[in-house]
Amino acid sequence: MNPRRKKRLTIVASILIGLGVVAGLVLYALSQNIDLFYTPSEITQGKKDSGLKPSIGQRIRIGGLVVPDSVKRDPDNLKVTFKLSDMKMPIVFNASDPMISVYYEGILPDLFREGQGIVANGTLARSNTGSLHIEASEVLAKHDENYMPAELADAAGKDYKKLEYSDKQLESKN
Amino acid sequence: MWKWLHPYANPEVSYHFTGKLIPWLSALTALFLSIGITWALAFAPADYQQGDSFRIFYLHVPAASLSMGIYVGMAIAAFTSMVWQFKLADASAAAMAPVGATFTAIALITGAAWGKPMWGTWWIWDARLTSELILLFLYLGVIALHNAFEDKNLAGKAAGILTLVGVINIPIIKYSVEWWNTLHQGSTVSKLGKPSMSIDMLWPFLFCFLGFALLVATIICIRFRSEILARNSIRPWVRALVAEHLLQEKNNAV
Repeated sequence: MNPRRKKRLTIVASILIGLGVVAGLVLYALSQNIDLFYTPSEITQGKKDSGLKPSIGQRIRIGGLVVPDSVKRDPDNLKVTFKLSDMKMPIVFNASDPMISVYYEGILPDLFREGQGIVANGTLARSNTGSLHIEASEVLAKHDENYMPAELADAAGKDYKKLEYSDKQLESKN
Repeated sequence: MWKWLHPYANPEVSYHFTGKLIPWLSALTALFLSIGITWALAFAPADYQQGDSFRIFYLHVPAASLSMGIYVGMAIAAFTSMVWQFKLADASAAAMAPVGATFTAIALITGAAWGKPMWGTWWIWDARLTSELILLFLYLGVIALHNAFEDKNLAGKAAGILTLVGVINIPIIKYSVEWWNTLHQGSTVSKLGKPSMSIDMLWPFLFCFLGFALLVATIICIRFRSEILARNSIRPWVRALVAEHLLQEKNNAV
């Protein structure tokens, strides 16, 4: 390679490496702000590296798996409460896992199921008993990366029925 | 070692070479896309939770990965143009940018259309969606710079610098779903080991992906050829080509 090209190559390469390092450091510094949500264990125990904990009354997003049998729906209106636990593989639920209750009033997304990941947006509050919960204003379903036809899902024993709403529940919204 | 490549640095040789490639590329595109899309839309089984809505996957995923792939191609072109002062590389980068921008827009729009019924929202500022939006802005910036200067060498240089700075965004898009908590799901197909998709859903995807990749190659070749003509319009070989074309048209008219 001739010396001029070599010089240009070094200049371009060193600028690129420099930029890469800068971007890496910025992202590392921002890493916790880039997270979309807190997990239930981060709310109770703080973030892994910094110990940062959201405070009561703070508006946060929480992401986790809906704990089976924790979904309680009011038969007369759209109020619903459910518990969230950390997303982890393989999916197992233990009573000792950190869990956060979510209170919500409204129609849940189609993909809302027990055992599915969801992201809720709301304020962190402490109830009279001292446990933490989220008063959510928005609930989003987090779809996982698995796709399969219904026959396979049935064979795997997956429950995938949509929630149904009675007229009474839907009318309460107006 | 690179001696065999040298003839292609000549615009005329490249123009004729890509001209010969286009019929093959477009025939393969038509073949793969027609098989892939028919298979994906009509014969692949519906997803157990999402039903038929999941079929947008067959457009969304190829568009998103090609939007990143085209950017990498553009960055390589910008790099060679900068180090080896290789003018055709600028022409190819200019040819790629609008195609990449289009595929980024397709990925964002199909994603939003899927997100509304599945997630419950069109848009969320999570790491994956935001970084893909930044990719769209990078493409628009590159296109603007290519057209901002009369002098195409200067334009290529300016656009090349932006392209190379923006290449940082590519690994961020790719790994955003692993590095941070996002609403967007992880990769289904582009990961080591087993894809998270049943095999009868995966096959049509492979056809669609290859089909869209070939479509991109075809469009880029066509755009590259017109970039070459536009940039070499005063050269005798281009004038001869135009004269020949005009003569042919005249004969046809008679």
